[in-house]
Amino acid sequence: MKRVVITGQGTINALGHSVPETLAAFREGRCGIGELDIQDLDRLSIRIGGQVRGYDPEAHFNRQQIALYDRFTQFTLLAARQAVGQAGLTFSDELSEEAGVVLGTSGGGMNTLDENYRSVYEEGKNRVHPFVVPKLMNNAAASHVSMAYNLKGPSFTVATACASSNHAMGQAFQMIRSGMSRVMVTGGSESMLCFGGIKAWEGLRVMSKDACRPFSANRNGMVQGEGAAVFVFEEYEHATARGAEILAEVIGFAMTSDASDIVMPSRQGAARAIAGALRDARLAPADVGYINAHGTGTAANDKTECAAVADVFGAHADRLMMSSTKSMHGHLIGGTGAVELLACIMALREGVIAPTVGYEEPDPECALDVVPNEAREVQVDVVLSNAFAFGGLNAVLALRRV
Amino acid sequence: MSENVKDKVIEIIAEQAVLEPSDVKMESTLEDLGIDSLGLVESIFAIEEAFDIQVPFNANEPTESEFDISSVAAIVTAVESLVAEKHA
Repeated sequence: MKRVVITGQGTINALGHSVPETLAAFREGRCGIGELDIQDLDRLSIRIGGQVRGYDPEAHFNRQQIALYDRFTQFTLLAARQAVGQAGLTFSDELSEEAGVVLGTSGGGMNTLDENYRSVYEEGKNRVHPFVVPKLMNNAAASHVSMAYNLKGPSFTVATACASSNHAMGQAFQMIRSGMSRVMVTGGSESMLCFGGIKAWEGLRVMSKDACRPFSANRNGMVQGEGAAVFVFEEYEHATARGAEILAEVIGFAMTSDASDIVMPSRQGAARAIAGALRDARLAPADVGYINAHGTGTAANDKTECAAVADVFGAHADRLMMSSTKSMHGHLIGGTGAVELLACIMALREGVIAPTVGYEEPDPECALDVVPNEAREVQVDVVLSNAFAFGGLNAVLALRRV
Repeated sequence: MSENVKDKVIEIIAEQAVLEPSDVKMESTLEDLGIDSLGLVESIFAIEEAFDIQVPFNANEPTESEFDISSVAAIVTAVESLVAEKHA
């Protein structure tokens, strides 16, 4: 089996338009959630989100590109540009033939859907722009990344709701580990902070009106975010041979299905995914220093996740740290695992654990060290990243310091 | 009105081709101007929006369509007749 390392990372999200800005926010425990700036806000009862601020598409893309790229694709391309730039790779010849791009998204071009439904239903127009379909399709972002970097190998999009990015990165990991490809571009993005996107989530009645407070006894729901994070996964020998800077090593991945409920999480399903990732990475529970939690801030997720961690880690559960950075960037749905991997890499490289902000009251059902409110300097060697999706689809990644 | 149709069509095609309207000649083909199939459907959409007309064009069989796209002049003529039909 080949070893898999990360040699590039990029992002745009509510905490910043780059990795350094995002990591600075993690260190400072700065929250990027605020009042949404979207059309028809007055008809929504949920009015907060982790929105990307100060973003001007025309600063990055020409008119024809903007006509073709939904916001989720724009975010993906910006993150990919940073990641591929950092990796310092150009894709030609054999490398181009085998390198691909696997990305996660849940809603794809939700803004495009929303704008065009508005146009035909609300404004009564009978004609839509010809690019509606290529703009909204879930694989648009992956396809545009493949075109931008000449990636001609295995490329597709994974849609498993809130676990999409972890499933996507797990696929990229396995492709390199098995020898199918030496380089994969992977991660995910989401942009559903539009009237229809928020309205749909309102219906479930799991959204907070004021803040995302994972693991806090007074938590009252999730807060949506938007953005993207993209990584370059590379075969270890290939990376070292060209002297690339290695950010972290991906050492394990597991996925499970609860096979029980379309929205309620399962302690067993989550525990099996966590235990599976440890087994895949040949780790003992005591090796793990930090877990980036799924930590949505809903009553159900957080207590189920803590119970699953207690089941897998036993006494070590009280010694490891587990935080939810969704408290700062919001829940990016299909893109969330990708943005959260940035916090995992920061923990390994810098020995800084991103906090769970907005934490106010201990909850006996979430009695783990959730790194409340302030980042902590602790050297860790192995971290996990949890994602537990609606539909009961779970995906957990394991990473190691290099 | 006819001049207006011609100018507007040229403006739309020029924008698609990222050219100045003065660089779009009546005898040019879309291929000459570097407009691909997506650019063509986007131009047709813009023409429909600008004149509030329905352009009979099917991208599966562009040469079989009633709407002649063989040159800028042909497109202008076709649009003029659609606009005239609308006002008839």
